[in-house]
Amino acid sequence: MTPEEHIGLALRALPTPPTGWVEAAKELPAARRELETIVERIERDVQFRERAIADLEAMLRSEGVEPTPVVVAHLRRRLET
Amino acid sequence: MDAATDAELVARCRAGDEAAWRALVDRYARYVYAIAARVYRLGPEDSEDVFQEVFARVFERLGTLRDDDALRPWIAQTTRNCAVDSLRRSGREIAVDEVLEDIDEGLDHLDEALTVHAALERLAPECREILDRFFRRDESYRTISADLELPSGTVASRIARCLTRLRDALEPEPGRNQPPAASGEKVAEQR
Repeated sequence: MTPEEHIGLALRALPTPPTGWVEAAKELPAARRELETIVERIERDVQFRERAIADLEAMLRSEGVEPTPVVVAHLRRRLET
Repeated sequence: MDAATDAELVARCRAGDEAAWRALVDRYARYVYAIAARVYRLGPEDSEDVFQEVFARVFERLGTLRDDDALRPWIAQTTRNCAVDSLRRSGREIAVDEVLEDIDEGLDHLDEALTVHAALERLAPECREILDRFFRRDESYRTISADLELPSGTVASRIARCLTRLRDALEPEPGRNQPPAASGEKVAEQR
């Protein structure tokens, strides 16, 4: 195999992930800010907190946040601290 | 693509520079995806969960990285941990054993590929585009020829010329401890 063929193989070795995944990862700083706003509201608004405890995923959806496993896990961790 | 070193990107991310974070994601998205989908052979849903979890952990824990130059191995290890967790959650412990033997070899191969991709980003736009189309997007000569309005023969010769430039870009600079991307030889990490 020539060096150029070897390089060609290396270029093919890393597949392109779906665009939506990459964009979601890039938006993490903004998404985290949004989640912090929700955490603050949970801390000061009793009714909102009860909604979150009853059904966290539904509460997130109603706030326009997609309750992905990563988002839900992060929010649960934040609420436990 | 941001030309900053990993250490520079990490420092900027820590300072809250969101453009640096996006550049970091761009730099490592293919690598993380390849580890999950190719080395650990996760399906699309599990790969997506691992992909998002890895970048979430990196974002949260960037402040704990002791050596800013060690971003690549740290991301690789984080991805491995998340992929193994995913396999275990799905009750596929047997699959973990099945793939273990291939993992180190697979990761070495991806490390080399990431180094080549990083060198590609340093080439002129003309070379980046044609090599990206041909190798990464798997476009045919005919498609590239039509899109770029070039004769097929020119496409072929440009690919060959750009590959040579990429090979030269992978040659170690004097004073840098990096072997060339020769046949069958592991390309050193560029950090």
